[in-house]
Amino acid sequence: MSGFIIIALIVLVFIIIYQIAKASEYASVLRGEEKVKAQTNRTMAGLLVAFFVLGVYGIWKCHELLIDKMLPVSASEQGVGYDSMLKVTLIITGLVFFATQAILFWFVWRYQATEKRTSFYYAHNNKLELLWTTVPAIAMASLVAIGLRNWFNITSQAPANAAVVEIVGKQFNWIVRYPGHDNELGKRDFRKINDANNILGLDWNDTHNLDDIISPSGEMHLVVNKPVKLIIGSRDVIHDVGLPHFRMKMDAVPGITTTMWFTPRYTTEQMKQITGNPNFVYEISCDQMCGKGHYSMRGTIIVQTQAEYDAWMASQQSYYAQNNAAPAAAPAAGDSAKPKTDSVKVTAMK
Amino acid sequence: MSNDVIIQGPGVAHAHDAATEHHGHEHHEQHFIWKYIFSQDHKIIAKQYLISGIIWAVIGALMSVFFRLQLGFPDKTFPIMEKFLGEWAKGGKLSPEFYYALVTMHGTILVFFVLTAGLSGTFSNFLIPLQIGARDMASPFMNMLSFWFFFAAGVIMFASLYVETGPASGGWTTYPPLSALKEASLGSGVGMDLWLISMVLFVVSQLLGGLNYISTILNMRTKGMAMTRLPLTIWAFLFTAILGVLSFPVLTSGFVLLIFDRHFGTSFYLSEIFIGGKALPHIGGSAILYQHLFWFLGHPEVYIIMLPGMGMASEVLSTHSRKPIFGYFAMIISLVGITVLAFLVWAHHMFVTGMSPFLGSIFVLLTLLIAVPSAVKVFNWLTTIWRGNIRFTVPMTFAIGFVSLFISGGLTGIFLGNSALDIQLHDTYFVIAHFHLVMGVSAFFGMFAGIYHWYPKMFGRFMNNTLGYIHFFITIIGAYLIFWPMHYEGIAGMPRRYYDYSAWESFKQFQGLNSFISIVVIVVFFGQLMFVFNFFVSIFRGRKVTVQNPWQSNTLEWTTPIKPGHGNWEGDIPEVHRWAYDYKDDGNGNDFIPQTVPLKAGEESH
Ligand code: HEM
Ligand SMILES: [Cu+2]
Ligand SMILES: [Cu+2]
Repeated sequence: MSGFIIIALIVLVFIIIYQIAKASEYASVLRGEEKVKAQTNRTMAGLLVAFFVLGVYGIWKCHELLIDKMLPVSASEQGVGYDSMLKVTLIITGLVFFATQAILFWFVWRYQATEKRTSFYYAHNNKLELLWTTVPAIAMASLVAIGLRNWFNITSQAPANAAVVEIVGKQFNWIVRYPGHDNELGKRDFRKINDANNILGLDWNDTHNLDDIISPSGEMHLVVNKPVKLIIGSRDVIHDVGLPHFRMKMDAVPGITTTMWFTPRYTTEQMKQITGNPNFVYEISCDQMCGKGHYSMRGTIIVQTQAEYDAWMASQQSYYAQNNAAPAAAPAAGDSAKPKTDSVKVTAMK
Repeated sequence: MSNDVIIQGPGVAHAHDAATEHHGHEHHEQHFIWKYIFSQDHKIIAKQYLISGIIWAVIGALMSVFFRLQLGFPDKTFPIMEKFLGEWAKGGKLSPEFYYALVTMHGTILVFFVLTAGLSGTFSNFLIPLQIGARDMASPFMNMLSFWFFFAAGVIMFASLYVETGPASGGWTTYPPLSALKEASLGSGVGMDLWLISMVLFVVSQLLGGLNYISTILNMRTKGMAMTRLPLTIWAFLFTAILGVLSFPVLTSGFVLLIFDRHFGTSFYLSEIFIGGKALPHIGGSAILYQHLFWFLGHPEVYIIMLPGMGMASEVLSTHSRKPIFGYFAMIISLVGITVLAFLVWAHHMFVTGMSPFLGSIFVLLTLLIAVPSAVKVFNWLTTIWRGNIRFTVPMTFAIGFVSLFISGGLTGIFLGNSALDIQLHDTYFVIAHFHLVMGVSAFFGMFAGIYHWYPKMFGRFMNNTLGYIHFFITIIGAYLIFWPMHYEGIAGMPRRYYDYSAWESFKQFQGLNSFISIVVIVVFFGQLMFVFNFFVSIFRGRKVTVQNPWQSNTLEWTTPIKPGHGNWEGDIPEVHRWAYDYKDDGNGNDFIPQTVPLKAGEESH
């Protein structure tokens, strides 16, 4: 009922506005259409220019309000190139933006119709047209040059000493896996996945898996100033590992392994100081629509010094040990020696 | 111009022969159904497209109001939403599932039903025969079928809103595996099937329409209407149709494979998936394949949306500045450039899918190349109004707004096309800002310019001017207020397609801004309703058009009677003697010379 009343009210308001508008137009016809047209023209030109002026003021205001909310300096070395490139592109496009908009609204004001004016018949000018084909082309070429240098830098092979961490998306959280002591991620097979005790489908016949450490909560620990290569995968639909602070992003696609690498520059603690935000945390956002929980698919990254990292790592238990109550569940006889020592090691370190 | 070869298809002569015949038909009393519903008159079909487009636009916009309420006020409830949406907004709060369904429907409706069908369906249909001097389309019957396929597509899409599991909800791009597996999301059930069926029908409609537009433009121009004398609107519609005809079939193939994956156990897009507690048997498919097929249409699609607006803005800017369009040939060449390049840039939507960096670099190059013809167009528009004698009619203000918005939105394309920047900006609000400004609002401004400009020809009445101006200012101010700050959110990494940001340390700081944006959205929505009201009421109550050529324009449609019947011209179709942009002194105190006026002795043709 209230819905109807609201709709009726809206229609009523429109009718009233329409009638007033119409009446004023008829009145203007009586006053002499030509005169009114000329006046409307002046008013509109003025309003358009006012719009432009207010718009520029608004842009400035908006900038003032929001600039503090922008991301802090790039947390990765690779992102430094992004930051400077963003600035260059902003300056170039910003100049073009203000120049063209100013010209547009200047012409609007300057060439508004008057009785005396006649328009200038000007159909083309090859020189001008050539000029404004080549200048943008050159500008684009230089932006491409800067861009591709960064692009190849970012997408290059990770250095050999890079740490390797796997991150796998599923509806709706991230799973992080570390290779353990052998520094090697074991094989996984989606057919072996079991939400109770093998969330990544690790193949227990591959001994590289036995020391792998898994964080099912999507918390990733990294060492500052040490390159890290992420091995990215997905269990179900496409997700995307978005790391805004590191200026990094890569899709997680089922059936395909993607990678990206970068070098963290600041520990989480340092970043808290840089941003002045005691709650600061590096977040992993899912940037590819993946279903109803997409918006909640949050992971975190904790960047630490090597010593802190080592201490944290020492406190971790391998996924295998967590889910396979020691020797009884050990796999095929031939391999049994290795896992035992492994899990012993882990317990010993605790 | 007169020494140019005049390209004339056989259709021209035919049209002339048919003239008297057609004219005779008109006086038969036609039944209402044949005259207004299953009509084959291009002008009626155009209005059918326009009115369906308007209805869809209102539905699509209302959806955006609903999901903006969620984004702006995530912790409040709006009982009024429950009235509209029932179950899906229990207690006045959208469920996440339905939030995503709304976002998906909003995108699909606006991109395909409004800005593709509603835009080029309306104006290609209305203007092609009128501006080239033809009595109707090459195949009026196919033209009618085109509309009814679109209508059927619409009915199915609308019906999908009412299925138990809800409509498709994987985004307007519907990437598999999300869209392929019903375990992955509620919306990937029946709703997704209906979405796919609807879209296939939609493609059929586009092909029927597009082939018709192309053959009509190529074959049915009146005597003297060489290609080089066509108004730029027609050139734009021609390339729009070519883009559609070449790229929509590829989209269909992508959809067919998706249907197979959904129902017939194939693995085109699926591989190594564990979902709903079990591992699926699919192996060896590629989820990325779909994205290639989708964007092979998807990028041309954005130009399918853009070109008609460009054409109409060119026409409106020239007419109302009383000045020829600057660089007519450069405008055509840049249309050609855009059309060709539009097919070669699709993978710029896929920089972070793990594609080969080398391939990515090729797409960077080609993408930034496409900015050049766009820039040429902008400079030519600016020069067109330079030293003009500008009349700020309602269509003219919208055309100026079009240029302003196209600049704002186009420039951000340069950021996104550069893969090294796109790594950070991809799938953030920066992309939302980019394409809403350049394609959403700017294309709408082209459309509004067209509606206000040709309304007198469509309905024999004017829309109310005062409301038109109010509509203009509400919309342009609103559009900038809504989308400008989104660039900042995007640069700060705020992801798109999120239902709620409050759990995110990095993004929750934008809550205040999001509320502000949502409030502006509501105001702008009512501004559009006012336009709709103006549109419909003016059909019956608007000021009557009393002169044949109210804008003092050169093009052929203004040589028809104020209310043209089926067949458009009462006598012979006029012959054309000059290009469409002779806005100069005619020697009798007028500042324009229509295309039908012969060259004077010694007068140089364009
Ligand atoms: C100046 C030339 C342009 C360039 C260089 C450009 C570049 C791009 C790029 C690289 C993207 C992908 C961004 C991403 O997802 O990360 C994009 C997105 C988009 N662009 Fe443009 N663009 C340009 C003009 C246009 C025009 C004229 C339109 C529409 C008429 C348009 C509509 C879109 C749309 C709809 C999307 C987003 C699709 C989606 O992901 O949902 N762009 N643009
Ligand atoms: Cu996601
Ligand atoms: Cu594109």
